[in-house]
Amino acid sequence: MNKKNSLMQKLCAAPHIVWSVIFIVVPLAMVVYYALTDNNGNFSTVNIERLGDYTTTFLRSIWLGIIATVICLVIAYPLAYIISQSKLRVQSTMVMLIMIPMWMNFLLRTYSWMALLEDSGVINTLLGYIGIGPFKMINTQGAVVLGMVYNFLPFMVLPIYSVMVKLDKNLVEAAQDLGANKINVFSKVIFPSTLSGVVSGITMVFVPSVSTFYISQKLGGGNVVLIGDIIEMQFQVSNNFHFGAALSLVLMILILICMAVMNKFGDPEADEAAGGVIL
Amino acid sequence: MTKMKPASKIYIALVLIFLYLPIFMLMILSFNGSNSTSVMNGVSLKWYVELFRSEATMNALYNTLVLAVTSSLTATVIGTVAAVGIDKMKKGFAKTMITTVTNIPMMNPEIVTGVSLMLLFVFIGSILKINGVLGFWTLFIAHVTFSLPYVILNVLPKLSQVDPNLAQAAQDLGCPPVKAFFKVVFPSILPGIFAGLIMAFTLSLDDFIISYFVSGPKFQTLPIYIFSMTKKRVTPDMYALFTLMFIAILVLLILVNVFQSKGEKKAKKGGARND
Repeated sequence: MNKKNSLMQKLCAAPHIVWSVIFIVVPLAMVVYYALTDNNGNFSTVNIERLGDYTTTFLRSIWLGIIATVICLVIAYPLAYIISQSKLRVQSTMVMLIMIPMWMNFLLRTYSWMALLEDSGVINTLLGYIGIGPFKMINTQGAVVLGMVYNFLPFMVLPIYSVMVKLDKNLVEAAQDLGANKINVFSKVIFPSTLSGVVSGITMVFVPSVSTFYISQKLGGGNVVLIGDIIEMQFQVSNNFHFGAALSLVLMILILICMAVMNKFGDPEADEAAGGVIL
Repeated sequence: MTKMKPASKIYIALVLIFLYLPIFMLMILSFNGSNSTSVMNGVSLKWYVELFRSEATMNALYNTLVLAVTSSLTATVIGTVAAVGIDKMKKGFAKTMITTVTNIPMMNPEIVTGVSLMLLFVFIGSILKINGVLGFWTLFIAHVTFSLPYVILNVLPKLSQVDPNLAQAAQDLGCPPVKAFFKVVFPSILPGIFAGLIMAFTLSLDDFIISYFVSGPKFQTLPIYIFSMTKKRVTPDMYALFTLMFIAILVLLILVNVFQSKGEKKAKKGGARND
């Protein structure tokens, strides 16, 4: 009876497994299939060979993604620390304030930055009153990085915060009692124990930054073309699915490599913590 | 639990200004008297009136809600049942494999998930010779797929907290297995299921990138409708919609917070009494 029961319960996973195979595994296989075939369905490496033309685009995407991730980390780490040190009531309010923007439509929020950064936009107008500027801000790489930082900053703050609140205060005190100075307390105690949050924050910011197309379209205005833009163009404008699939395949592999490198430093539970904290 | 230093306060304020500056600008401009989306000319509520008059907007809003409700409920049912199955599995290759595959949509760039599903749908469409295969059902499948890992992630930890002896005890006392599950296990994992449902719902509501690749002209959701507007020119009625959404989310979050803190206080009181 017991055996039958547990078998029945294991079978509960069956619908999900079938669903995952059809709608996760097979689609990824389709990406590989399309990448390696031509319009007639014959095997061809034409799409792969064409990828070489877009090396600079790939490098630009990764470079801007790295810059945005580093800026997010620099802003988020002290912020998460300050929040985790404050009163409980303040903590929950602060977490809520950081989460609310994530729930607002990101298209409109990014669009709003256009109006702020325009040559005759809000920021330049305000600067004009005090006699500085105008600065060229929109349609630059800086504007695109700003858009990435703005959109994905909460993804960095929340996982770091969630490991910081669990940080054992006694550890810090013990280190201080044993004569460690502030820098040592931070580099030997605080930072290592929050590393898992940092790692999951980095992946959560880096992946969407590298693959974005909307932010670069709106704030880069065609001057800053990222790999996401090229992929989007293949599928929505030029209808070249085969080349689009080849680009997606490379993007996926690149990100898998980056994440494998990152995961060497972190522990796997961090991602779960990050997933849980979004709510 | 110390008092915040002034420098800390200033730092937090700066970050919050950065996060909320574009949001407040949109909200202010939604009361614009003219149809400019960047310069303020008098105050009026005409864009709110316009918003509810616009059939296309209301239609997109309706589509978004239908999609979010159906896909989040489906994902919650499949995901919860799956979590029960995964929880019972022994650690090993099969379990690792399933959890890895489940987490792919969470790890993969959204654009790749969207593109891969689009290729599948287009491929099936070309085999079955269906024109315009992209519509409600493709969106529905995509939304269930990317919501599933979040539901499972929320339910699994709750399941591992449930004492397996409880269900066993119920069965030994003559309760049939399914009923034992709903009487004993289900109530204790309900918070996880609920959290998963809410997460799936909000993810579906707000998703643009994946939806963009698997939707067709027949069935547009709000984010896709907004995107098609930002390609040309956004009219301020979208800002009005944004403002209303902001207020709705704010109210929802405050309510959830109030309920939570009430629950915590109750729990604390109960705990004190037990001492």
